[in-house]
Amino acid sequence: MWVYEKKLQYPVKVSSCNPQLAKFLVEQYGGADGELAAALRYLNQRYTIPDKVVGLLNDIGTEEFAHLEMIAAMIYKLTKDATPDQLKQAGLADHYVNHGEALFYSNAAEVPFTATYIQAKGDPIADLYEDIAAEEKARATYQWIIDMSDDVDLNDSLRFLREREIVHSQRFREAVEILKEERDRKKVF
Amino acid sequence: MAKNQVYTKSYHPYHSPDDPCPDPGEKHYSTPPHLYMGFQPEKLPQFSPKEALQKGTLWPALYDPYEKNQKLKG
Amino acid sequence: MPKTLPKEYYSMLEEIQAIDFAITELNLYLDTHPEDQDAYKQLTELSEEKKKLLKPFEQKFGSIRADGIDDHWTWSKAPWPWQV
Ligand SMILES: [Fe+2]
Repeated sequence: MWVYEKKLQYPVKVSSCNPQLAKFLVEQYGGADGELAAALRYLNQRYTIPDKVVGLLNDIGTEEFAHLEMIAAMIYKLTKDATPDQLKQAGLADHYVNHGEALFYSNAAEVPFTATYIQAKGDPIADLYEDIAAEEKARATYQWIIDMSDDVDLNDSLRFLREREIVHSQRFREAVEILKEERDRKKVF
Repeated sequence: MAKNQVYTKSYHPYHSPDDPCPDPGEKHYSTPPHLYMGFQPEKLPQFSPKEALQKGTLWPALYDPYEKNQKLKG
Repeated sequence: MPKTLPKEYYSMLEEIQAIDFAITELNLYLDTHPEDQDAYKQLTELSEEKKKLLKPFEQKFGSIRADGIDDHWTWSKAPWPWQV
């Protein structure tokens, strides 16, 4: 089960009403390397990974939901008071006719989220390498969104999220070492 | 903190005389600190909780600042 | 519309976020370093500190968790985290 805390993991501020940026950010909401994919990927892999690393998948998967909420908060703030005309100018007309002002799990190009983004091989090493790759891809996506954005406040929160991908990648790499059972042996020397 | 050269690498792609865009020079890519850490050693120095939140990690050894357009500027 | 939140809300919240973040970092670290007693001790100390910070914040601004202790039901009242 999960318990909700009524706060964001990191403060989200945006400096202007900018639906165009919201359109880019949707990539990390419902895109292939986005936060939803990350959360679902890790939590689903928990069931077929050795007990020693279940906790890590569980806890990183849980943190990804906190990141998903931050991305949603950014999109919400960037679009909430925008007029339909502003949304149209930002390239969000197609989104608007289908979803109005609602958020939707799709990527930046409006392709709906699909379970095929999330691999599960049932082989612990294959799955952890997939997770490491996913973290690096998410890190890269944050870099490219920061490159596209002139919003100083938003970029501050995006930098936080990029750094989290580095820490997650580090932990998944350690999980691989744990499964190789090299770590305990090294301690003996 | 200045851009961390250690965790940014660069290369210069071949520029053809017929390439329409001006040669931007070096292209940069990230090789963040976790790629070099191996299994994290115990008792590494830590940021204070406030600073850790601001940086996105508790450990300076894992911190990798990213500048807008780092790809171009390194 | 609920009243605009005072500056104090943000500063008090950020203190909780900072402690909570250190807890998250230690939690992930301990998942791969279960033998590190110092890190575990630090985690438990931070959890105590979080409890201390939560009390005055929740009294002023309402519960952060639905099972938070308050003198009346504040949990489901706006603003929500993405609105503040
Ligand atoms: Fe992640």
